[in-house]
Amino acid sequence: MSSSEAAGPSPSSALAGRSEFVSSLLAVVLALAVGAVLILAWGASPVTAYAALLDGAFGSWNSLGETLLRAIPLTFTGLAIAIAFRGGTFNLGAEGQLFLGATAAAWVGLAIPTLPAPLLIPAMIVTAAFVGALWSLLAGVLKLRFGANELITTIMLNYIAILFVSYLLRGPLQEAAGYLPQTERLSANARFPALIAGTRLHLGFLLALAAVVLAHIALWHTSWGFKLRVVGLNARAALNAGYNVRLLTLSAFVVSGVLAGLAGYMEVVGVQRRMIENLSPGFGYTGIIVALLGQTSPFGVLAAAILFAGLQVGGSTMQTASGVPSTLTTIIQGLVVLFVIGRGAVDLFLARRGAK
Amino acid sequence: MTSAIGDGPAPLDLSGITVRFGSFTANDAVDFSVGRGEIHALLGENGAGKTTLMRVVAGLIIPQEGTIRIDGRPVRLASPLDAAAEGIGMVHQHFMLISTLTVAQNVCVGIAKAGRVFPDLAKVARDLEEIGARYGLQVDPHALVGSLSVASRQRVEIVKALYRGARILVLDEPTAVLAPQEVDGLFRVLRMLAEAGTAIVFISHKLGEVMALSHRVSVLRHGRLVATKPTADTNPAELARLMIGEDLVLPTVDGAHTPGQVAIETRGVSLRDELGVTRLSDVSLAARSGEIVGVAGVDGNGQQQLAEILAGLQAPAAGAVIMASPSGPVDVSRSGPGRRIALGLAHIPEDRHHTALVDMSIADNAVLDSIDRPPLARRGFLAHRAIRAFATRLIAANDVRCTGPEQGVMTLSGGNQQKVVLGRALAHDPRVIVAVQPTRGLDLGATAFVHRQLLAEREKGAAIVLVSTELDEVLALSDRIVVMFAGRIVGAMSRAEVTLERLGAMMTGQAA
Ligand SMILES: Nc1ncnc2c1ncn2[C@@H]1O[C@H](COP(=O)(O)OP(=O)(O)OP(=O)(O)O)[C@@H](O)[C@H]1O
Ligand SMILES: [Mg+2]
Repeated sequence: MSSSEAAGPSPSSALAGRSEFVSSLLAVVLALAVGAVLILAWGASPVTAYAALLDGAFGSWNSLGETLLRAIPLTFTGLAIAIAFRGGTFNLGAEGQLFLGATAAAWVGLAIPTLPAPLLIPAMIVTAAFVGALWSLLAGVLKLRFGANELITTIMLNYIAILFVSYLLRGPLQEAAGYLPQTERLSANARFPALIAGTRLHLGFLLALAAVVLAHIALWHTSWGFKLRVVGLNARAALNAGYNVRLLTLSAFVVSGVLAGLAGYMEVVGVQRRMIENLSPGFGYTGIIVALLGQTSPFGVLAAAILFAGLQVGGSTMQTASGVPSTLTTIIQGLVVLFVIGRGAVDLFLARRGAK
Repeated sequence: MTSAIGDGPAPLDLSGITVRFGSFTANDAVDFSVGRGEIHALLGENGAGKTTLMRVVAGLIIPQEGTIRIDGRPVRLASPLDAAAEGIGMVHQHFMLISTLTVAQNVCVGIAKAGRVFPDLAKVARDLEEIGARYGLQVDPHALVGSLSVASRQRVEIVKALYRGARILVLDEPTAVLAPQEVDGLFRVLRMLAEAGTAIVFISHKLGEVMALSHRVSVLRHGRLVATKPTADTNPAELARLMIGEDLVLPTVDGAHTPGQVAIETRGVSLRDELGVTRLSDVSLAARSGEIVGVAGVDGNGQQQLAEILAGLQAPAAGAVIMASPSGPVDVSRSGPGRRIALGLAHIPEDRHHTALVDMSIADNAVLDSIDRPPLARRGFLAHRAIRAFATRLIAANDVRCTGPEQGVMTLSGGNQQKVVLGRALAHDPRVIVAVQPTRGLDLGATAFVHRQLLAEREKGAAIVLVSTELDEVLALSDRIVVMFAGRIVGAMSRAEVTLERLGAMMTGQAA
């Protein structure tokens, strides 16, 4: 686009220097503050409610385990979206990539259940990653070949993927008993060991941490990551610098799909032990918020994933302890999005206030 | 020229303005005022602090110290809206229009006058036409901004400011993007506005323009105001001295030259744009090692497209682009910039924000096109120390005024951004240089520096295609000059054969 851009220092130079971290933190604090008002309006005490929320999310080994367990898929989908975003593409298709990756992994696990774990686990991981990448790549090819906007194609591909998985789970891959849309249970060889005894937290959390570190290294310490970021910021300058922009764009789709596929794999082997129709309560979409709140930086994504997982896990404790419906946490998540996106407006507001 | 400056308090009066970015002082206790109907020129080297001072006026920066008075009243300008409410309009060095909206829609953004929720676009359009007619500023209110030429976008910015009731108009390097005739048109408008009482601040690096247009001149150096004088009492030589603290001689190419082999060549190249309009037809141009080929012409006659085809950003519809390589000439028509960079091409594009710079640090931008080469990266991993060292050398060699390699490139002054682009292009001993308006936005000292650099590369044997709408520049540097008109090369001549009449006739398409 040959546009006249507003280059140069950010308009609110008076406030330049506020780090992205602070602005994310501010978004969370503001969201919690508005949430507190809603709790008051509901007729409960925000202090009690939030204390219960905190307790439910992090108060015991068990609740901490549940929170981190929930953070695993969110970390993977968050990373998936963050990396795509850094490369200038919007992968809204993590949900579909997750479902297909999960199903493919389950299929491998069920096809060769007796393979020893050290072989079976990598085989399932590779399959999930490969299928996720393939599905994502499809959107990438549609974009480069036909100029189809990935905002639309990835969402449409989600429907195709999820409905296709439903078909498989009611047809070819359905358990022998044949009541529910789900596969047989995976063999013990295919499952992950628990990380903290007595909790459901499994080895996948360490893999999520490893993915965060790897993504960080890839983005900030490799020439691939450097070029990917350049493409995301200014594709024309990347072209002029001699980069293979198309290939880099495709690689962003691929890496993103790999990570989303792994998110599905984690749920299958770590939580459900089988593929089920309702595997994901929208991890692929929540991942978008996680990526945004994490400022599309891998460690930020990890922090945001744990925060969102905590909100979701602690919500039910809050409901029991204070009567505030757990759906409040959904509202808080929504508010976080608004405040992250509305950051510019908040800055401007504060600047005007401060100046008067 | 004495001014028609009115009596009473000055519409705009700055005193003791100090702006610091961290430990760096961009404006140091600057006093500056503009009277009613006055055109006040603001001069200074790249990074002297001109834009910063005007951003203060536009409400984009809140100064750490100092007072702003409007009509004698102290005011606090905390946002562009505050500034607009005080009747201040600014035409930025880099335009601030939204290219997917129409002119009228752009004008409506952020103002209540156009209607609170649903702007009355028809009325706005009528008002714009009315303003346009009054000051000779033709704009089509219904045109998409993205489809407009640079000169018309600038007119839109001015009309926008006037529509918002600007009584104080700031123009940051408005002529840098204009062709000579367009400059004349702009000056007519500004004079008319001044007659009508508007206070005008005019920033430019071109002393001739400043002498011709302004009533008073102020010079900034390293953030400090060094002089304010009536234009009539000064002269270009004095102004240059005030700006850079020394006398300046622009270098010229020496006559004797023995060019080598053809290093880059187009053969019968044609190009149509997306709308099917022919932009280039049958253009054949060759540049040999050790020569500078100047491409002259009025802006918009295909030079931009020719440069993009040479650089590999566009593929020609017909014809071929040939580059020399160690194993003989190769056809690069179908290969992108990557291949050509490997063959020794360096491109200094016209539009640095869209084509050359990325919103990252100076260091990252310095290594943008060489990030894959050791020692900057090894086995795919970045060598941050080597990158930093490379950038530090580039900064020193090109006199980039900055706080260090980590500074964001977009926070550099316009001229210093250009130095980064140039330094990067010349850092790897290019065999072919495609330079488009390489000194646009540069101050006199930096212009001389760039010219010396290009001449040095010529000495080293680079083939240089220099596209410029500045005739002085083309004449000073070129061994050969070709003239483009309406997408064709309408004439070619060697240095010795050039006369201004011939050039002028060719540029307007009157002679071949
Ligand atoms: N947001 C910022 N952060 C840090 N430094 C800045 C920022 N904005 C401007 N500067 C520095 O302030 C100095 C003055 O910049 P300014 O843009 O005012 O220069 P200028 O006189 O307009 O130069 P030019 O003629 O090149 O446009 C420069 O050295 C620039 O690097
Ligand atoms: Mg400037």
